[in-house]
Amino acid sequence: MIAEFGLAALWLAAALAVLQLAMAALGLWFKRPPITVRAEPVEALSFSSEEEGQHLADASLRVDKLNANGRGDAAQQLFASIRPVAIVQGLLVIASFGALIALFVRSDMSASLVVQHSHSLKPMLYKVTGTWGNHEGSMLLWITILALSGAAIALFERRLRQDTLIATLGAQALIAIGFYAFLLFSSNPFARVLPAAPEGLGLNPLLQDPGLAFHPPPLYVGYVGLSVAFSFAVGALVTRDVGPAFARAMRPWVLLAWIFLTIGIAAGSYWAYYELGWGGWWFWDPVENASLMPWLAATALLHSVAVLATRDGLRAWTIVLALVAFAMSMLGTFLVRSGILTSVHAFAVDPTRGTFILLLLAFYIGGALALFAARIGAVRQGKLFEPVSREGALVVNNLLLSVILGIVLIGTLYPIVAQWMGQQISVGPPVFNKTTVPIALALFVVAAAGPLLRWRRDETRALVGRMKWPIAAFILGGGVVLALAPDAGIFPILGLGVAAALGVASLAPLGGRNLRRTPLHIYGMVIAHLGVAVSIAGMASETAFSKEVLVAARPGQSYAVGPFDIAFAGVRPTVGNNWTGVEAVLVARKGEDGRAVALNPQQRFFASPPTETSEAALSTHWNGQLYAVIGQRADEGRWQLRLWWKPFVTLIWYGALLIALGGLASLIGRVRGKRTAKPEVRGYVR
Amino acid sequence: MKAKHQRLWLGLAALAAVIGAAVLALSALQDQAAFFYAPSDVQRSAPPLDRGVRLGGMVVEGSITRAADGVSIAFDVTDGGATVPVRFAGITPDLFREGSGVVAEGRFQQDGSFVADNILAKHDERYMPPEIAGAMHKSESLEQ
Repeated sequence: MIAEFGLAALWLAAALAVLQLAMAALGLWFKRPPITVRAEPVEALSFSSEEEGQHLADASLRVDKLNANGRGDAAQQLFASIRPVAIVQGLLVIASFGALIALFVRSDMSASLVVQHSHSLKPMLYKVTGTWGNHEGSMLLWITILALSGAAIALFERRLRQDTLIATLGAQALIAIGFYAFLLFSSNPFARVLPAAPEGLGLNPLLQDPGLAFHPPPLYVGYVGLSVAFSFAVGALVTRDVGPAFARAMRPWVLLAWIFLTIGIAAGSYWAYYELGWGGWWFWDPVENASLMPWLAATALLHSVAVLATRDGLRAWTIVLALVAFAMSMLGTFLVRSGILTSVHAFAVDPTRGTFILLLLAFYIGGALALFAARIGAVRQGKLFEPVSREGALVVNNLLLSVILGIVLIGTLYPIVAQWMGQQISVGPPVFNKTTVPIALALFVVAAAGPLLRWRRDETRALVGRMKWPIAAFILGGGVVLALAPDAGIFPILGLGVAAALGVASLAPLGGRNLRRTPLHIYGMVIAHLGVAVSIAGMASETAFSKEVLVAARPGQSYAVGPFDIAFAGVRPTVGNNWTGVEAVLVARKGEDGRAVALNPQQRFFASPPTETSEAALSTHWNGQLYAVIGQRADEGRWQLRLWWKPFVTLIWYGALLIALGGLASLIGRVRGKRTAKPEVRGYVR
Repeated sequence: MKAKHQRLWLGLAALAAVIGAAVLALSALQDQAAFFYAPSDVQRSAPPLDRGVRLGGMVVEGSITRAADGVSIAFDVTDGGATVPVRFAGITPDLFREGSGVVAEGRFQQDGSFVADNILAKHDERYMPPEIAGAMHKSESLEQ
């Protein structure tokens, strides 16, 4: 019954999405041409009075016309009922997703998906997370978040112009329809098997980890949350409402998606770091790239939206970024879920599914770009600015982020294209590091300088003066690497230098302010930029100072790893819920009388499906992490051990958390501050 | 910058960024992208020695030998047509074993052998890298 209920709820939700789209289209048709005359902000009263007068006259004429034939009333009724439709749709999909979780929790072996991906003896946590540890379930999670985003817009969005809001909800429904069709016609998560199977096949042990529980859902909220930005952009194009008010309405949604994306990527990175046991934190794996690309686009969008909201510049640019950001989300979904890539994430092997997602991708992106091309002529050029200004720095930020995005995109798609042409190529860290790192370093320099610039116009000489402490920090940071690890290479030296400079510069906007009266979004920017600095410092330090030892260890022997001595006492058997294994007994000490730290890396053997996994052992210190992996038994009773000391590696993820925290502070500041919405530049240099 | 042409300038800057990204990425791909070789390919044409590549195939039964240091191994990779000797120092993946599919990342040497700095094996019975699936087609049927 639960499966049928879930499927019925999904069908109903799909029907409501069609209704929502129809209501939006009809409403906008009745309401056309627009009757809303919005009071423009005072500073926008720059166009000629003739034009403005004509505008008002036109509008009142239209109002008369509309009232005469009553179409406006019909539009108003449609508009009033579209919000509840979106909300009910969201509730139905939640119910559907809840039904799937219930099937997994009860280990209902008459449901095909449960048989394929679960096992009655699995720990409860992994029964629940197994719900989205497969193709159908993960797509249901995807659409659940999509529908919830639509419901959230309907519930909370009060600042957007009414017709733009309606168009936005229509666009959101249009996206949802495609993905409902995908689920219902090619990936039904509620399919039954008759007769019921006696037992499930189990879940890939690599996926049996708390990291799985925490990493996909926030990533999906981020991915799919960008659909809101996309729908806003489409809505604004439909109603020709691209301006500061629109940007201010869109900004919190972008921030929200971006915060989750940041957390999701950081969690995924940490998961790969300790679960794969390779000691690395970023592999330029296509799946990682698939999550990085929307993040890069969303980061660029976040900064260009700031220009549009505060200075009414970069109108077309912001719209393009909103479209690109969600395009990257869908591309990521396609890459990851189509089975085109080699990865543990590639659940689907059915080629029709890949084709289906590709068609959806082409339809939405193509449609949005066509709409953009048709309407962009109607979007007037925004406010102008000098090259040396806050806007100028933000443009450079956007360009550099776009370059990185372009490189990652080409590098990720290149092997796929090459394969079509009969050539097997893999693109890995050598390509990506060599190309993206220098540009990223330049980007961080701009991130240091940008917040120190004034809006609209500034002096280069004044900027250099404001940068004197960051420049000093750069020399100090780079010098530390040069002194301690002279052959670390140019990137770590520049990296730590730039991290130090950005760290100092990020705090500068607080200088000379009354800290208690500083707006929350300024703190948000400061914290996020500081987080970037912290994260780069971690990356540079890990790259420059890591110590690695690879040995076949004899019981009773000690091995020096960085400042530690690690004693190997032997191995012992160990057992878990659904696995057996061996673990090494290691004791790490710093110096003769240092505190003893136990490290127990494991080899685990799972029965269903029969698999071995390696569990790294980590010991976190204030200044870094010890990382131990056990390999195979060698002859003479020895065991292979791989041991690392990674100085300050944890800063990478602490930095990411700071970035997300900065986003959160900014989000809270923007949502609270919106009621008294005013451009924050007033009184600054004008 | 003429103020009234700002949109044009921004458009050009965006275009330059896109082209710049493409040029950078493609030139790096020329130098650094790792081509995939099966042992038979090596026989047909000499592989480059100065760049990282991937070698894929099946680990020959009985070919794995372990060095005295306990961490270095040598084994042969075959695709049914030809065989390449591979050396590797490190911890092999859990599913690396004789008669099983493998992808080795590393460089070819003057003597025609291969030094791997990373070994990838298939993750579980439901998952096989497409490269192996393609390259192994022949040898798997040979085995049966």
